[in-house]
Amino acid sequence: MSTIAARFRSTLGSFELDAEFSVPAHGISALFGPSASGKTTLLRLIAGLARAPGSLTVAGEVWQDERRFVPTHRRALGYVFQEASLFPHLDVRGNLQYGWKRVPAAERRIAFDDVIDWLGLGALLAQSPQQLSGGQRQRVAIGRALLASPRLLLMDEPLSALDTTSRAEILPYLEQLHRQLELPIIYVSHALDEVARLADTLLLIEAGKIVHQGPLADGLTRLDLPLAHRDTAATVIDTTVVSHDPAFQLTHVARQRVAFELPGLHGAPGVPLRVRVAARDVSLALVAPQQTSILNLLPARVIELADDTPGQVLVRLALDDMVLLARITRKSARLLDLQPGTQVVAQVKSVAVA
Amino acid sequence: MSLSGANLTAIILTLKLATVTTLVLMLIATPLAWWLAHTQTRWRAAVTALVALPLVLPPTVLGFYLLVLLGPKGIIGQWMLGMGLHTLPFTFGGLVVGSVVFSMPFAVQPIANAFTAIGVRPLEVAATLRASLWDRFWSVAVPLARPGFFTAVVLAFAHTVGEFGVVLMLGGNIPGETRVLSVAIYDHVEAINYAQAHILSAGLVVFSFVVLLLLGRHSGQWQRMSA
Repeated sequence: MSTIAARFRSTLGSFELDAEFSVPAHGISALFGPSASGKTTLLRLIAGLARAPGSLTVAGEVWQDERRFVPTHRRALGYVFQEASLFPHLDVRGNLQYGWKRVPAAERRIAFDDVIDWLGLGALLAQSPQQLSGGQRQRVAIGRALLASPRLLLMDEPLSALDTTSRAEILPYLEQLHRQLELPIIYVSHALDEVARLADTLLLIEAGKIVHQGPLADGLTRLDLPLAHRDTAATVIDTTVVSHDPAFQLTHVARQRVAFELPGLHGAPGVPLRVRVAARDVSLALVAPQQTSILNLLPARVIELADDTPGQVLVRLALDDMVLLARITRKSARLLDLQPGTQVVAQVKSVAVA
Repeated sequence: MSLSGANLTAIILTLKLATVTTLVLMLIATPLAWWLAHTQTRWRAAVTALVALPLVLPPTVLGFYLLVLLGPKGIIGQWMLGMGLHTLPFTFGGLVVGSVVFSMPFAVQPIANAFTAIGVRPLEVAATLRASLWDRFWSVAVPLARPGFFTAVVLAFAHTVGEFGVVLMLGGNIPGETRVLSVAIYDHVEAINYAQAHILSAGLVVFSFVVLLLLGRHSGQWQRMSA
């Protein structure tokens, strides 16, 4: 019941879209794929800004089926475009109030002042969009979308038009958005680092088809999918901060029985922290080495192996409910006689904040 | 030199005609411009050309066909007689119809250009923020197209003040009913009454110059504002 289920099939010029997916109606679902794979088209179909035969149900509410097509303005959604697209004839306050005023007071799910405070827009209210920086504009656009009390937030590469500084300014808001509001988000991106940092669910799209859908860590590490074979292949693990070691400038994080140490002091104890482990930073041993510079030594079980580049193999490992990816030489795999089921010690050289 | 009663009547009639024509044009040109800016049918080019016809046709041709259509034997004239109405030629109403057709491109084109310049994005944004089509039109399209509306109003008004051929063909020369400024000037010249012709002509020259000056300054201001 609490899912977002969509199916669209359409030929638009020479482009063929045949997309079907079902994602949980909470958390961030990243719609990830190369350019011209149909990401934006699919998002526009979900919003009702474009039309194609199909069906769409959002948390039990039918937005489209064979008989019905709910027009965009009757869909409780928010849409953040690549460019902020603020109304130039309205000031910041006018932009923020545009959707808010159009939602009946009884149906509002978010207070005007809360959004202003949270996004730090108080000082900008009387300014015109032309006076704002790129990052400020996108913040206003996010606030404007949230104030329309959406039940589904659609974001079309909201960071891609921004410079590095502005991206760094917006990203923390997107992370919090996800934790503070019970609001499902479909987030279109072609930047893997953004996806790794933000997403819970991954929808991989290629040439108009959803080729994979599932939990993020799964999609990042499945050996039959392209992401695991990228040079930068990595897995992400949602952990909790346990303690800090100021003397050595280390943060201890844990997930269930598995603990990691990572350089730098991050978050307060108890705070969730998503960490990233690159495949190239994981090496394998059959027994725990006695004296080593590597701090993170984790018992794991081989799930599967696959050829990667010539001379290298990718090993997918299970660690409780977590998945790790290791890129090792074909020779090492042969010497250790790695098979599905082999118990190994994963030596994780580097763990970073995602 | 002073304005004679007849000249004053002609001036007032002209202003009345220009005002009514401009109002009617806004009502017709706005939806037409919206349609031209957003339609994707192949009829678009044909309609655009049709609207632009008065720019190139001699006004006498327009006047002639309107006279034929609206006259007692024309399709529209017949229909109006059938409805128990008076036919339009040689009435103020007839002049309004002629002026609306004659000045149509001056009203439609600036508004259509303004709507096109807005693009679809602001309207899509408004739709995702719960605004219906009608709401989007008034809260987004109209405010953003304001400079186009301003240009359309000024040009339609000024162009109607200056028309002659259509009026002569369709309206004739009835004082207080169809004898507008341009016709009055023509009369004065015919009667070799150059002094009176000068008063009205110089007035029109000044009026037209001021209108164009205002238009230029306004659009300049707007361009600076949006830059």
